[in-house]
Amino acid sequence: MNSALVAMNLENAAAPSVPAARTFAAYRAEARYELVRTLRMPAFTIAFVVVPVVLYLFFGAVMPGSHANPQVAYHLFTGFALTGIMGSGMFGFGMSIATEREQGLLTLKRSLPAPPLAFLVAKMCVALVLAVLIMLTMVVTATFNAAGPTVPQSLSVAGVLIPGVLPFCAIGLFIGTRVSAKAAAGFVNLCYLPMIYLSDMLIPLPGSMQAIPQISPAYHLNQLALGAVGMPTQGSMLMHVAVLVVVAVVFTGLAVRRLARVG
Amino acid sequence: MPLRRINDDCVAELSLASKRFGALLALDELSLVVRRGELLALLGPNGAGKTTAISLLLGLARPDSGEAQLFGRSPHLIDTRRRIGVMMQDVGLAPELCVREHIELVASYYPAPLSSDEAMEMTGTSSLATRPYGKLSTGQKRQVQFATAVCGRPSLLFLDEPTVGLDVQARETLWQVVRRLVDSGVGVVLTTHYLEEVEALADRVAVLARGRLIATGTVTEMRSIVGRKQIACITAVTADQALTWPDVEAARMDHERLRITTSCAEEVVRRLLAADAGVKELEVERAGLAEAFTELTRTERMQ
Repeated sequence: MNSALVAMNLENAAAPSVPAARTFAAYRAEARYELVRTLRMPAFTIAFVVVPVVLYLFFGAVMPGSHANPQVAYHLFTGFALTGIMGSGMFGFGMSIATEREQGLLTLKRSLPAPPLAFLVAKMCVALVLAVLIMLTMVVTATFNAAGPTVPQSLSVAGVLIPGVLPFCAIGLFIGTRVSAKAAAGFVNLCYLPMIYLSDMLIPLPGSMQAIPQISPAYHLNQLALGAVGMPTQGSMLMHVAVLVVVAVVFTGLAVRRLARVG
Repeated sequence: MPLRRINDDCVAELSLASKRFGALLALDELSLVVRRGELLALLGPNGAGKTTAISLLLGLARPDSGEAQLFGRSPHLIDTRRRIGVMMQDVGLAPELCVREHIELVASYYPAPLSSDEAMEMTGTSSLATRPYGKLSTGQKRQVQFATAVCGRPSLLFLDEPTVGLDVQARETLWQVVRRLVDSGVGVVLTTHYLEEVEALADRVAVLARGRLIATGTVTEMRSIVGRKQIACITAVTADQALTWPDVEAARMDHERLRITTSCAEEVVRRLLAADAGVKELEVERAGLAEAFTELTRTERMQ
Protein backbone atom coordinates (compact mmCIF):
# COMPACT_ATOMS: atom_id res chain seq x y z
CA MET A 1 0.00 0.00 0.00
CA ASN A 2 2.82 2.36 0.91
CA SER A 3 4.65 2.30 -2.39
CA ALA A 4 1.48 3.29 -4.20
CA LEU A 5 0.83 6.09 -1.76
CA VAL A 6 4.35 7.39 -1.84
CA ALA A 7 4.13 7.49 -5.59
CA MET A 8 0.95 9.47 -5.19
CA ASN A 9 2.54 12.66 -3.95
CA LEU A 10 2.06 15.98 -5.59
CA GLU A 11 5.05 15.81 -7.89
CA ASN A 12 2.60 15.30 -10.69
CA ALA A 13 0.54 18.25 -9.57
CA ALA A 14 1.76 20.58 -12.28
CA ALA A 15 -0.84 20.77 -15.04
CA PRO A 16 -0.08 17.58 -16.88
CA SER A 17 0.38 17.83 -20.61
CA VAL A 18 -0.97 14.62 -22.03
CA PRO A 19 0.72 13.09 -25.03
CA ALA A 20 -1.57 12.13 -27.89
CA ALA A 21 -0.75 8.50 -27.14
CA ARG A 22 -2.51 8.74 -23.75
CA THR A 23 -5.59 10.31 -25.32
CA PHE A 24 -5.62 7.56 -27.92
CA ALA A 25 -5.27 5.01 -25.08
CA ALA A 26 -8.43 6.44 -23.48
CA TYR A 27 -10.36 6.09 -26.75
CA ARG A 28 -9.03 2.57 -27.18
CA ALA A 29 -9.90 1.51 -23.61
CA GLU A 30 -13.38 2.97 -23.93
CA ALA A 31 -14.01 1.11 -27.22
CA ARG A 32 -12.51 -2.11 -25.93
CA TYR A 33 -14.63 -2.23 -22.78
CA GLU A 34 -17.76 -1.16 -24.65
CA LEU A 35 -17.24 -4.14 -26.94
CA VAL A 36 -16.57 -6.46 -23.99
CA ARG A 37 -19.82 -5.28 -22.39
CA THR A 38 -21.83 -5.83 -25.55
CA LEU A 39 -20.42 -9.31 -26.08
CA ARG A 40 -21.35 -10.16 -22.49
CA MET A 41 -24.98 -9.35 -23.29
CA PRO A 42 -25.50 -12.13 -25.84
CA ALA A 43 -29.29 -11.76 -25.88
CA PHE A 44 -29.00 -8.34 -27.50
CA THR A 45 -26.32 -9.34 -30.00
CA ILE A 46 -27.99 -12.59 -31.01
CA ALA A 47 -31.36 -10.94 -31.57
CA PHE A 48 -30.03 -8.67 -34.30
CA VAL A 49 -27.59 -11.17 -35.80
CA VAL A 50 -29.82 -14.24 -35.88
CA VAL A 51 -33.33 -12.90 -36.50
CA PRO A 52 -32.66 -11.33 -39.93
CA VAL A 53 -30.93 -14.52 -41.08
CA VAL A 54 -33.76 -16.76 -39.96
CA LEU A 55 -36.38 -14.55 -41.58
CA TYR A 56 -34.38 -14.30 -44.81
CA LEU A 57 -33.96 -18.07 -45.00
CA PHE A 58 -37.63 -18.65 -44.28
CA PHE A 59 -39.08 -16.16 -46.74
CA GLY A 60 -36.26 -16.21 -49.31
CA ALA A 61 -35.36 -19.90 -49.51
CA VAL A 62 -37.74 -22.21 -47.66
CA MET A 63 -41.16 -20.74 -48.47
CA PRO A 64 -42.78 -22.31 -51.53
CA GLY A 65 -42.47 -20.09 -54.58
CA SER A 66 -39.57 -18.09 -53.18
CA HIS A 67 -37.31 -19.29 -56.01
CA ALA A 68 -39.66 -18.15 -58.75
CA ASN A 69 -38.28 -14.63 -58.99
CA PRO A 70 -34.65 -13.88 -58.01
CA GLN A 71 -35.58 -10.23 -57.60
CA VAL A 72 -37.74 -11.19 -54.62
CA ALA A 73 -34.76 -12.92 -53.00
CA TYR A 74 -32.62 -9.81 -53.58
CA HIS A 75 -35.27 -7.60 -52.04
CA LEU A 76 -35.59 -9.92 -49.05
CA PHE A 77 -31.80 -10.04 -48.63
CA THR A 78 -31.37 -6.27 -48.50
CA GLY A 79 -34.60 -5.78 -46.52
CA PHE A 80 -33.87 -8.26 -43.73
CA ALA A 81 -30.21 -7.24 -43.50
CA LEU A 82 -31.42 -3.68 -43.13
CA THR A 83 -33.78 -4.58 -40.25
CA GLY A 84 -30.79 -6.03 -38.36
CA ILE A 85 -28.63 -2.99 -39.08
CA MET A 86 -31.34 -0.50 -38.12
CA GLY A 87 -32.27 -2.39 -34.97
CA SER A 88 -28.74 -2.82 -33.65
CA GLY A 89 -27.98 0.86 -34.20
CA MET A 90 -31.21 2.28 -32.82
CA PHE A 91 -31.82 -0.08 -29.89
CA GLY A 92 -28.12 -0.37 -29.05
CA PHE A 93 -27.68 3.38 -28.76
CA GLY A 94 -31.13 4.39 -27.56
CA MET A 95 -31.37 2.02 -24.65
CA SER A 96 -27.76 2.13 -23.51
CA ILE A 97 -27.56 5.94 -23.55
CA ALA A 98 -30.88 6.32 -21.73
CA THR A 99 -29.84 3.80 -19.08
CA GLU A 100 -26.36 5.22 -18.57
CA ARG A 101 -27.73 8.73 -18.39
CA GLU A 102 -30.28 7.71 -15.78
CA GLN A 103 -27.68 5.85 -13.72
CA GLY A 104 -25.47 8.92 -13.54
CA LEU A 105 -22.67 7.28 -15.50
CA LEU A 106 -22.56 10.03 -18.11
CA THR A 107 -22.45 12.70 -15.40
CA LEU A 108 -19.55 10.86 -13.78
CA LYS A 109 -17.72 10.67 -17.11
CA ARG A 110 -18.25 14.40 -17.63
CA SER A 111 -16.63 15.13 -14.27
CA LEU A 112 -13.73 12.76 -14.97
CA PRO A 113 -11.04 13.61 -17.51
CA ALA A 114 -12.58 11.23 -20.05
CA PRO A 115 -12.20 12.66 -23.57
CA PRO A 116 -15.70 14.11 -24.12
CA LEU A 117 -16.55 12.12 -27.23
CA ALA A 118 -14.73 8.90 -26.31
CA PHE A 119 -17.80 7.04 -25.12
CA LEU A 120 -19.76 8.00 -28.25
CA VAL A 121 -16.93 6.97 -30.55
CA ALA A 122 -16.69 3.70 -28.58
CA LYS A 123 -20.38 3.00 -29.05
CA MET A 124 -20.13 3.79 -32.76
CA CYS A 125 -17.19 1.40 -33.12
CA VAL A 126 -19.20 -1.31 -31.39
CA ALA A 127 -22.19 -0.61 -33.65
CA LEU A 128 -19.90 -0.99 -36.67
CA VAL A 129 -18.51 -4.28 -35.30
CA LEU A 130 -22.07 -5.56 -34.77
CA ALA A 131 -22.98 -4.42 -38.28
CA VAL A 132 -20.01 -6.39 -39.64
CA LEU A 133 -21.18 -9.43 -37.67
CA ILE A 134 -24.73 -9.10 -39.00
CA MET A 135 -23.57 -8.70 -42.58
CA LEU A 136 -21.03 -11.53 -42.39
CA THR A 137 -23.78 -13.85 -41.19
CA MET A 138 -26.06 -12.65 -43.98
CA VAL A 139 -23.32 -13.08 -46.62
CA VAL A 140 -22.58 -16.62 -45.45
CA THR A 141 -26.29 -17.45 -45.32
CA ALA A 142 -26.83 -16.10 -48.83
CA THR A 143 -24.44 -18.72 -50.22
CA PHE A 144 -26.96 -21.40 -49.21
CA ASN A 145 -29.69 -19.85 -51.28
CA ALA A 146 -29.13 -20.44 -54.99
CA ALA A 147 -31.84 -17.91 -55.86
CA GLY A 148 -30.27 -15.17 -53.72
CA PRO A 149 -27.38 -12.79 -54.42
CA THR A 150 -23.90 -14.11 -55.24
CA VAL A 151 -21.03 -13.56 -52.80
CA PRO A 152 -19.67 -10.46 -54.62
CA GLN A 153 -23.20 -9.03 -54.73
CA SER A 154 -23.86 -9.62 -51.03
CA LEU A 155 -20.41 -8.26 -50.14
CA SER A 156 -21.16 -5.03 -51.96
CA VAL A 157 -24.45 -4.79 -50.04
CA ALA A 158 -22.41 -5.25 -46.86
CA GLY A 159 -20.14 -2.41 -48.01
CA VAL A 160 -23.19 -0.14 -48.11
CA LEU A 161 -25.06 -1.33 -45.02
CA ILE A 162 -22.13 -1.49 -42.57
CA PRO A 163 -21.42 2.28 -42.61
CA GLY A 164 -25.20 2.70 -43.06
CA VAL A 165 -25.65 1.80 -39.38
CA LEU A 166 -24.36 5.24 -38.35
CA PRO A 167 -27.48 7.36 -39.10
CA PHE A 168 -29.55 4.85 -37.11
CA CYS A 169 -27.08 5.08 -34.23
CA ALA A 170 -27.62 8.84 -34.38
CA ILE A 171 -31.42 8.46 -34.17
CA GLY A 172 -31.06 6.02 -31.25
CA LEU A 173 -28.64 8.40 -29.56
CA PHE A 174 -31.05 11.29 -29.95
CA ILE A 175 -33.91 9.27 -28.42
CA GLY A 176 -31.64 8.05 -25.62
CA THR A 177 -30.78 11.61 -24.62
CA ARG A 178 -34.44 12.63 -24.43
CA VAL A 179 -36.35 9.85 -22.68
CA SER A 180 -36.03 7.69 -19.57
CA ALA A 181 -34.50 4.22 -19.66
CA LYS A 182 -37.92 2.64 -19.22
CA ALA A 183 -39.44 4.61 -22.09
CA ALA A 184 -36.48 4.24 -24.45
CA ALA A 185 -37.42 0.81 -25.84
CA GLY A 186 -40.95 2.05 -26.54
CA PHE A 187 -39.82 5.20 -28.30
CA VAL A 188 -37.22 3.34 -30.37
CA ASN A 189 -39.92 0.86 -31.41
CA LEU A 190 -42.16 3.77 -32.36
CA CYS A 191 -39.54 4.74 -34.93
CA TYR A 192 -38.26 1.28 -35.83
CA LEU A 193 -41.51 -0.48 -36.70
CA PRO A 194 -43.08 2.22 -38.90
CA MET A 195 -39.73 2.57 -40.66
CA ILE A 196 -39.74 -1.12 -41.54
CA TYR A 197 -43.28 -1.05 -42.89
CA LEU A 198 -43.26 2.34 -44.57
CA SER A 199 -39.86 2.37 -46.25
CA ASP A 200 -40.70 0.20 -49.23
CA MET A 201 -38.06 -2.25 -48.08
CA LEU A 202 -40.04 -5.44 -47.37
CA ILE A 203 -43.64 -4.53 -48.06
CA PRO A 204 -44.32 -2.77 -51.36
CA LEU A 205 -46.45 0.31 -50.87
CA PRO A 206 -49.26 1.29 -53.28
CA GLY A 207 -48.46 4.05 -55.76
CA SER A 208 -50.59 6.57 -53.87
CA MET A 209 -48.30 6.21 -50.82
CA GLN A 210 -44.98 6.54 -52.63
CA ALA A 211 -44.22 9.89 -51.02
CA ILE A 212 -44.17 8.46 -47.50
CA PRO A 213 -40.94 6.43 -47.70
CA GLN A 214 -39.01 9.52 -48.81
CA ILE A 215 -38.96 10.81 -45.25
CA SER A 216 -37.52 7.57 -43.87
CA PRO A 217 -33.72 7.14 -43.74
CA ALA A 218 -34.31 3.37 -44.05
CA TYR A 219 -35.80 3.94 -47.52
CA HIS A 220 -32.69 5.80 -48.66
CA LEU A 221 -30.31 3.20 -47.27
CA ASN A 222 -32.38 0.43 -48.86
CA GLN A 223 -32.15 2.13 -52.25
CA LEU A 224 -28.35 2.23 -51.91
CA ALA A 225 -28.34 -1.47 -50.95
CA LEU A 226 -30.55 -2.37 -53.90
CA GLY A 227 -28.18 -0.44 -56.16
CA ALA A 228 -25.26 -2.43 -54.75
CA VAL A 229 -26.96 -5.74 -55.50
CA GLY A 230 -27.71 -4.59 -59.05
CA MET A 231 -31.45 -4.03 -58.74
CA PRO A 232 -33.29 -1.07 -60.28
CA THR A 233 -33.53 1.84 -57.84
CA GLN A 234 -35.44 5.07 -57.44
CA GLY A 235 -33.94 8.54 -57.14
CA SER A 236 -30.30 9.59 -57.34
CA MET A 237 -27.69 7.71 -55.30
CA LEU A 238 -26.06 10.98 -54.34
CA MET A 239 -29.31 12.24 -52.85
CA HIS A 240 -29.73 9.04 -50.80
CA VAL A 241 -26.21 9.40 -49.43
CA ALA A 242 -26.80 13.07 -48.67
CA VAL A 243 -30.02 12.34 -46.72
CA LEU A 244 -28.25 9.69 -44.62
CA VAL A 245 -25.31 11.98 -43.88
CA VAL A 246 -27.65 14.81 -42.88
CA VAL A 247 -29.64 12.49 -40.58
CA ALA A 248 -26.42 11.24 -38.94
CA VAL A 249 -24.96 14.70 -38.47
CA VAL A 250 -28.14 16.48 -37.31
CA PHE A 251 -29.25 13.86 -34.77
CA THR A 252 -25.71 13.37 -33.43
CA GLY A 253 -25.31 17.13 -33.17
CA LEU A 254 -28.59 17.60 -31.31
CA ALA A 255 -27.78 14.73 -28.94
CA VAL A 256 -24.23 15.88 -28.22
CA ARG A 257 -25.45 19.40 -27.52
CA ARG A 258 -28.01 18.07 -25.08
CA LEU A 259 -25.50 15.77 -23.37
CA ALA A 260 -23.08 18.66 -22.90
CA ARG A 261 -25.79 20.89 -21.43
CA VAL A 262 -27.98 18.53 -19.45
CA GLY A 263 -26.00 15.31 -19.18
CA MET B 1 8.50 21.15 -12.78
CA PRO B 2 7.31 24.76 -13.12
CA LEU B 3 7.68 27.10 -10.16
CA ARG B 4 4.71 27.14 -7.83
CA ARG B 5 2.89 30.37 -7.29
CA ILE B 6 2.30 31.35 -3.68
CA ASN B 7 -1.41 30.64 -3.86
CA ASP B 8 -0.84 27.22 -5.43
CA ASP B 9 -1.86 25.79 -2.09
CA CYS B 10 -5.45 26.44 -3.05
CA VAL B 11 -6.68 23.45 -5.04
CA ALA B 12 -10.38 24.30 -5.28
CA GLU B 13 -12.20 27.56 -4.91
CA LEU B 14 -15.70 28.93 -5.19
CA SER B 15 -15.83 32.71 -5.06
CA LEU B 16 -19.18 34.39 -4.59
CA ALA B 17 -20.79 31.65 -6.65
CA SER B 18 -24.54 31.82 -7.15
CA LYS B 19 -26.73 29.34 -8.96
CA ARG B 20 -30.46 29.51 -9.51
CA PHE B 21 -32.76 26.73 -10.69
CA GLY B 22 -36.02 28.41 -11.66
CA ALA B 23 -37.42 30.04 -8.54
CA LEU B 24 -34.98 28.24 -6.25
CA LEU B 25 -31.75 29.99 -5.36
CA ALA B 26 -29.61 26.90 -4.81
CA LEU B 27 -26.39 28.79 -4.05
CA ASP B 28 -26.26 32.33 -2.78
CA GLU B 29 -22.83 33.97 -3.21
CA LEU B 30 -21.00 31.02 -1.71
CA SER B 31 -17.26 31.26 -1.21
CA LEU B 32 -15.17 28.23 -0.29
CA VAL B 33 -11.53 27.29 -0.47
CA VAL B 34 -9.87 23.87 -0.28
CA ARG B 35 -6.12 23.76 0.18
CA ARG B 36 -3.68 21.01 -0.62
CA GLY B 37 -3.23 18.51 2.18
CA GLU B 38 -6.56 19.48 3.71
CA LEU B 39 -9.88 17.67 4.05
CA LEU B 40 -12.89 19.95 3.93
CA ALA B 41 -16.19 18.42 5.00
CA LEU B 42 -19.29 19.99 3.48
CA LEU B 43 -22.25 19.59 5.77
CA GLY B 44 -25.83 20.71 5.58
CA PRO B 45 -29.37 19.41 5.45
CA ASN B 46 -30.78 18.07 2.18
CA GLY B 47 -31.31 20.91 -0.25
CA ALA B 48 -28.66 23.09 1.41
CA GLY B 49 -26.68 23.40 -1.81
CA LYS B 50 -23.90 20.85 -1.25
CA THR B 51 -24.52 19.01 -4.51
CA THR B 52 -24.80 22.26 -6.47
CA ALA B 53 -21.54 23.52 -4.97
CA ILE B 54 -19.79 20.32 -6.01
CA SER B 55 -21.36 20.38 -9.48
CA LEU B 56 -19.88 23.84 -10.03
CA LEU B 57 -16.45 22.69 -8.87
CA LEU B 58 -16.60 19.63 -11.13
CA GLY B 59 -17.61 21.74 -14.11
CA LEU B 60 -20.97 19.97 -14.45
CA ALA B 61 -22.77 23.30 -14.21
CA ARG B 62 -21.72 26.91 -14.56
CA PRO B 63 -22.38 29.49 -11.85
CA ASP B 64 -24.85 32.25 -12.80
CA SER B 65 -22.46 34.68 -11.15
CA GLY B 66 -19.17 34.28 -9.32
CA GLU B 67 -16.54 31.75 -10.18
CA ALA B 68 -15.56 28.12 -9.67
CA GLN B 69 -11.93 27.15 -10.09
CA LEU B 70 -9.73 24.11 -9.64
CA PHE B 71 -5.99 24.76 -9.32
CA GLY B 72 -6.66 28.34 -10.38
CA ARG B 73 -8.18 27.26 -13.69
CA SER B 74 -11.57 26.44 -15.12
CA PRO B 75 -12.95 23.02 -14.17
CA HIS B 76 -14.26 22.75 -17.74
CA LEU B 77 -10.72 22.20 -19.04
CA ILE B 78 -9.92 18.53 -19.37
CA ASP B 79 -6.32 19.23 -18.27
CA THR B 80 -7.66 20.60 -14.99
CA ARG B 81 -9.84 17.56 -14.46
CA ARG B 82 -6.87 15.26 -15.07
CA ARG B 83 -5.80 16.20 -11.53
CA ILE B 84 -9.01 15.24 -9.76
CA GLY B 85 -10.59 11.99 -8.64
CA VAL B 86 -14.34 11.69 -8.16
CA MET B 87 -16.55 9.35 -6.18
CA MET B 88 -20.19 10.24 -6.68
CA GLN B 89 -23.26 9.07 -4.90
CA ASP B 90 -25.77 6.92 -6.81
CA VAL B 91 -23.73 6.06 -9.86
CA GLY B 92 -24.41 2.78 -11.62
CA LEU B 93 -21.26 1.52 -13.31
CA ALA B 94 -21.59 -1.07 -16.08
CA PRO B 95 -22.68 -4.32 -14.38
CA GLU B 96 -21.09 -6.50 -17.08
CA LEU B 97 -17.52 -5.29 -16.53
CA CYS B 98 -15.38 -6.76 -13.78
CA VAL B 99 -13.68 -4.66 -11.13
CA ARG B 100 -10.24 -4.66 -12.75
CA GLU B 101 -11.75 -3.56 -16.07
CA HIS B 102 -13.56 -0.64 -14.43
CA ILE B 103 -10.35 0.55 -12.80
CA GLU B 104 -8.37 0.18 -16.03
CA LEU B 105 -10.99 2.13 -17.96
CA VAL B 106 -10.97 5.09 -15.56
CA ALA B 107 -7.17 4.92 -15.24
CA SER B 108 -6.90 5.29 -19.03
CA TYR B 109 -8.21 8.89 -18.69
CA TYR B 110 -5.21 9.98 -16.58
CA PRO B 111 -1.65 10.87 -17.60
CA ALA B 112 0.20 8.76 -15.01
CA PRO B 113 -2.26 6.49 -13.22
CA LEU B 114 -1.67 3.74 -10.71
CA SER B 115 -1.78 0.25 -12.16
CA SER B 116 -5.04 -1.56 -11.47
CA ASP B 117 -3.17 -3.88 -9.08
CA GLU B 118 -1.80 -0.93 -7.10
CA ALA B 119 -5.22 0.75 -6.94
CA MET B 120 -6.89 -2.46 -5.76
CA GLU B 121 -4.18 -3.20 -3.21
CA MET B 122 -4.42 0.31 -1.84
CA THR B 123 -8.22 0.19 -1.46
CA GLY B 124 -8.49 -3.42 -0.30
CA THR B 125 -10.38 -4.56 -3.39
CA SER B 126 -7.82 -7.04 -4.80
CA SER B 127 -10.03 -10.00 -3.93
CA LEU B 128 -12.81 -8.55 -6.10
CA ALA B 129 -10.60 -8.08 -9.21
CA THR B 130 -12.37 -10.55 -11.48
CA ARG B 131 -15.89 -10.21 -10.07
CA PRO B 132 -18.52 -8.58 -12.33
CA TYR B 133 -19.54 -5.23 -10.88
CA GLY B 134 -23.24 -6.12 -11.09
CA LYS B 135 -22.72 -9.05 -8.69
CA LEU B 136 -21.15 -6.96 -5.90
CA SER B 137 -22.84 -5.87 -2.68
CA THR B 138 -23.64 -2.18 -2.14
CA GLY B 139 -20.60 -1.76 0.09
CA GLN B 140 -18.28 -3.52 -2.35
CA LYS B 141 -19.53 -1.27 -5.14
CA ARG B 142 -18.63 1.78 -3.06
CA GLN B 143 -15.14 0.34 -2.47
CA VAL B 144 -14.68 -0.13 -6.21
CA GLN B 145 -15.87 3.42 -6.89
CA PHE B 146 -13.33 4.61 -4.35
CA ALA B 147 -10.62 2.64 -6.17
CA THR B 148 -11.61 4.29 -9.47
CA ALA B 149 -11.53 7.70 -7.74
CA VAL B 150 -7.94 7.29 -6.57
CA CYS B 151 -6.48 5.34 -9.52
CA GLY B 152 -5.49 8.50 -11.42
CA ARG B 153 -3.21 9.78 -8.60
CA PRO B 154 -5.39 12.86 -8.11
CA SER B 155 -4.23 16.01 -6.35
CA LEU B 156 -7.83 16.72 -5.37
CA LEU B 157 -10.41 14.14 -4.45
CA PHE B 158 -14.21 14.57 -4.29
CA LEU B 159 -15.92 12.03 -2.06
CA ASP B 160 -19.71 12.12 -1.88
CA GLU B 161 -21.06 9.92 0.92
CA PRO B 162 -18.16 7.49 0.47
CA THR B 163 -18.92 5.06 3.27
CA VAL B 164 -22.65 4.42 2.80
CA GLY B 165 -23.18 0.67 3.00
CA LEU B 166 -19.62 -0.16 4.05
CA ASP B 167 -18.93 -2.54 6.91
CA VAL B 168 -16.75 -1.34 9.77
CA GLN B 169 -13.55 -2.83 8.42
CA ALA B 170 -14.03 -1.49 4.89
CA ARG B 171 -14.85 1.94 6.32
CA GLU B 172 -11.67 1.89 8.40
CA THR B 173 -9.61 0.99 5.33
CA LEU B 174 -11.16 3.83 3.35
CA TRP B 175 -10.54 6.30 6.18
CA GLN B 176 -6.94 5.16 6.44
CA VAL B 177 -6.33 5.67 2.74
CA VAL B 178 -8.00 9.09 2.83
CA ARG B 179 -5.83 10.14 5.80
CA ARG B 180 -2.67 9.03 4.03
CA LEU B 181 -3.66 10.83 0.87
CA VAL B 182 -4.28 14.01 2.83
CA ASP B 183 -0.92 13.58 4.57
CA SER B 184 0.76 13.24 1.19
CA GLY B 185 -0.72 16.59 0.12
CA VAL B 186 -3.97 15.66 -1.61
CA GLY B 187 -6.91 18.02 -1.00
CA VAL B 188 -10.22 16.31 -0.28
CA VAL B 189 -13.80 17.57 -0.43
CA LEU B 190 -16.04 15.26 1.57
CA THR B 191 -19.81 15.35 1.81
CA THR B 192 -21.33 12.98 4.28
CA HIS B 193 -24.25 12.51 6.62
CA TYR B 194 -22.06 10.59 9.07
CA LEU B 195 -20.81 13.18 11.52
CA GLU B 196 -18.61 10.52 13.04
CA GLU B 197 -16.82 10.43 9.70
CA VAL B 198 -16.31 14.18 9.77
CA GLU B 199 -14.92 14.01 13.29
CA ALA B 200 -12.56 11.21 12.24
CA LEU B 201 -11.27 12.82 9.05
CA ALA B 202 -11.98 16.50 8.58
CA ASP B 203 -9.52 19.34 9.04
CA ARG B 204 -12.19 21.91 8.33
CA VAL B 205 -15.95 21.89 8.22
CA ALA B 206 -18.22 24.12 6.17
CA VAL B 207 -21.90 24.11 7.06
CA LEU B 208 -24.32 25.14 4.33
CA ALA B 209 -27.97 26.02 4.68
CA ARG B 210 -30.21 27.39 1.96
CA GLY B 211 -27.29 27.91 -0.39
CA ARG B 212 -25.26 29.97 2.04
CA LEU B 213 -22.25 29.24 4.18
CA ILE B 214 -23.50 29.56 7.74
CA ALA B 215 -20.39 28.42 9.56
CA THR B 216 -16.88 27.27 8.83
CA GLY B 217 -13.94 26.25 10.97
CA THR B 218 -12.13 23.27 12.42
CA VAL B 219 -14.12 20.46 14.00
CA THR B 220 -13.17 21.77 17.45
CA GLU B 221 -14.13 25.32 16.52
CA MET B 222 -17.46 24.14 15.23
CA ARG B 223 -18.20 22.44 18.51
CA SER B 224 -17.21 25.50 20.49
CA ILE B 225 -19.44 27.74 18.35
CA VAL B 226 -22.32 25.99 19.95
CA GLY B 227 -20.74 25.72 23.36
CA ARG B 228 -23.09 23.15 24.75
CA LYS B 229 -21.72 20.42 26.95
CA GLN B 230 -22.82 16.96 27.92
CA ILE B 231 -22.70 15.89 31.56
CA ALA B 232 -22.93 12.19 32.32
CA CYS B 233 -22.86 10.48 35.75
CA ILE B 234 -24.34 7.81 37.94
CA THR B 235 -26.51 9.57 40.48
CA ALA B 236 -29.65 9.35 42.51
CA VAL B 237 -30.91 12.54 40.80
CA THR B 238 -33.60 11.72 38.24
CA ALA B 239 -33.96 13.23 34.75
CA ASP B 240 -37.24 14.91 35.74
CA GLN B 241 -35.55 16.52 38.72
CA ALA B 242 -32.64 17.78 36.59
CA LEU B 243 -35.01 19.25 34.04
CA THR B 244 -36.40 21.62 36.69
CA TRP B 245 -32.96 23.24 37.15
CA PRO B 246 -32.12 26.46 35.31
CA ASP B 247 -29.78 26.14 32.27
CA VAL B 248 -30.60 22.45 31.73
CA GLU B 249 -31.66 22.07 28.12
CA ALA B 250 -32.18 18.33 28.10
CA ALA B 251 -31.89 15.45 30.54
CA ARG B 252 -32.46 11.77 30.04
CA MET B 253 -31.52 8.43 31.55
CA ASP B 254 -29.15 6.29 29.49
CA HIS B 255 -29.23 2.92 31.27
CA GLU B 256 -28.05 3.78 34.79
CA ARG B 257 -26.46 7.08 33.70
CA LEU B 258 -28.07 10.48 33.79
CA ARG B 259 -27.18 12.58 30.73
CA ILE B 260 -27.65 16.33 30.87
CA THR B 261 -27.15 18.82 28.01
CA THR B 262 -26.36 22.35 29.10
CA SER B 263 -24.49 25.45 28.01
CA CYS B 264 -23.55 26.22 31.63
CA ALA B 265 -21.80 23.05 32.79
CA GLU B 266 -20.09 24.44 35.89
CA GLU B 267 -23.34 25.69 37.41
CA VAL B 268 -25.16 22.42 36.72
CA VAL B 269 -22.31 20.31 38.17
CA ARG B 270 -22.42 22.43 41.37
CA ARG B 271 -26.16 21.77 41.70
CA LEU B 272 -25.68 18.12 40.94
CA LEU B 273 -23.08 17.68 43.67
CA ALA B 274 -25.23 19.63 46.11
CA ALA B 275 -28.21 17.40 45.37
CA ASP B 276 -26.29 14.16 45.53
CA ALA B 277 -22.87 14.03 47.17
CA GLY B 278 -22.50 10.40 46.08
CA VAL B 279 -22.26 11.16 42.32
CA LYS B 280 -20.04 8.62 40.54
CA GLU B 281 -18.21 8.52 37.19
CA LEU B 282 -18.83 12.17 36.49
CA GLU B 283 -17.90 13.20 32.92
CA VAL B 284 -18.22 16.56 31.21
CA GLU B 285 -17.67 16.69 27.45
CA ARG B 286 -18.18 19.16 24.69
CA ALA B 287 -21.16 18.24 22.55
CA GLY B 288 -20.40 16.21 19.42
CA LEU B 289 -20.47 17.65 15.96
CA ALA B 290 -23.96 16.23 15.51
CA GLU B 291 -25.30 18.54 18.19
CA ALA B 292 -23.29 21.48 16.85
CA PHE B 293 -24.63 20.91 13.38
CA THR B 294 -28.24 20.52 14.53
CA GLU B 295 -27.95 23.70 16.53
CA LEU B 296 -26.45 25.69 13.65
CA THR B 297 -29.06 24.64 11.13
CA ARG B 298 -31.86 25.13 13.67
CA THR B 299 -30.73 28.69 14.30
CA GLU B 300 -30.60 29.27 10.56
CA ARG B 301 -34.16 27.99 10.14
CA MET B 302 -35.40 30.26 12.92
CA GLN B 303 -33.86 33.24 11.16
